[in-house]
Amino acid sequence: MTELIIIVMGAILVENFVLAQFLGICPFLGVSKKLSTALGMSGAVVFVMTIASAVTWLVNKYLLVGLGLGYLQTIAFILVIAALVQFVEIVLKKLIPPLYRSLGIYLPLITTNCAVLGVALINVKRDYDLLKSVLYSMGAGLGFTLALVLFAGVRERIEQCDIPESLKGLPISLIAAALVSVAFFGFQGLFSN
Amino acid sequence: MSALKTLTNGFIKENPTLRLVLGTCPTLAVTTLASNGIGMGLATTAVLLGSNAAISLTRKVIPDKIRIPAYVTIIAGFVTIVQFLMKAYFPELDKALGIFIPLIVVNCIILARAEMFASKNSLLPSVLDAIGMGGGFTLALVAIGSLREFLGNGTIFGITVTAKLFDPAIIMILPPGGFLAFGIIIGLLNKFTAVKVTKAGCGSCDMKCGSCSGQKGVEA
Repeated sequence: MTELIIIVMGAILVENFVLAQFLGICPFLGVSKKLSTALGMSGAVVFVMTIASAVTWLVNKYLLVGLGLGYLQTIAFILVIAALVQFVEIVLKKLIPPLYRSLGIYLPLITTNCAVLGVALINVKRDYDLLKSVLYSMGAGLGFTLALVLFAGVRERIEQCDIPESLKGLPISLIAAALVSVAFFGFQGLFSN
Repeated sequence: MSALKTLTNGFIKENPTLRLVLGTCPTLAVTTLASNGIGMGLATTAVLLGSNAAISLTRKVIPDKIRIPAYVTIIAGFVTIVQFLMKAYFPELDKALGIFIPLIVVNCIILARAEMFASKNSLLPSVLDAIGMGGGFTLALVAIGSLREFLGNGTIFGITVTAKLFDPAIIMILPPGGFLAFGIIIGLLNKFTAVKVTKAGCGSCDMKCGSCSGQKGVEA
């Protein structure tokens, strides 16, 4: 049990996908302008990441390893993720229209979010079983959410500040991200193993 | 556009990393050493060359509606080739770059060039575009890598240059340093050059990757 808690908390705080592992930087910079869009994107990421990690784990174990097709891993994973995103989109549209309206526009962007493919690859690399994979992915998604929401708050403040012309936009956002990343660095060594 | 213009476009005017700010994940993650920057840059360039050429040649065969999945499959194929070549011939580099080699699949530079250039142009311009964009990416990675390695470790390409002039600021080769170096380099570039890049992002995000263009649901 302790091990599972460490996996989830570790993924959220210590190995934060955005701020410590540099996965999912594009949406981190792209949709963090407003808190509402940040929450929408994060919700979609947590959702897809958790399902995708379970599906890729099964595909890897029973299709790729089972049939000795390990070399197709990259192709298989990205196709599974792309198909899954489409599938989630269709299902949400049909079954839960309100959720689709709030998450819908972020779903197509998730296919090219490297955090989703990244978490699938890390799960395989670390030899996690199905439960650990799903928990780790959920933690990674929640860590992404935490980073995105915190950073959206920082950016809303930056918008109102007087900053040098050449730093406007992305440069100042990156420098602010560096400071948020320093803060997260404090979690390093939270779990000694 | 003349051939020379297509080639140089990616290096300076539309540098994918410093101007269009695409492919940020590998840019930040692998630039702790200048040599990692070269490795990542060249691996990405190889994939970009292959995918741009293949997509340009098949652009009249691929139906418009399924072009994104088709592009992703083509790109994934080339990434797999590069992945195995690196494992065989550059095992140390492969270890240093880790999962960022398979993650070239989702590097938006490659999909963006497929969508914006290779799918509309013939073979030769597409290859030149790949060399230009890949070269620009490599150049930017080496620049950021050198800066971080110099400030964080006192070396460039593993050669000591500071000779105990100052204590290296280790933070520069840690994650926060990546954001800091990238932000400052883009800021300096904005200050000393007057080129403005037109915004081409879509409604839900302001990155210029083009990966969402034409996909339904993103027009909001």
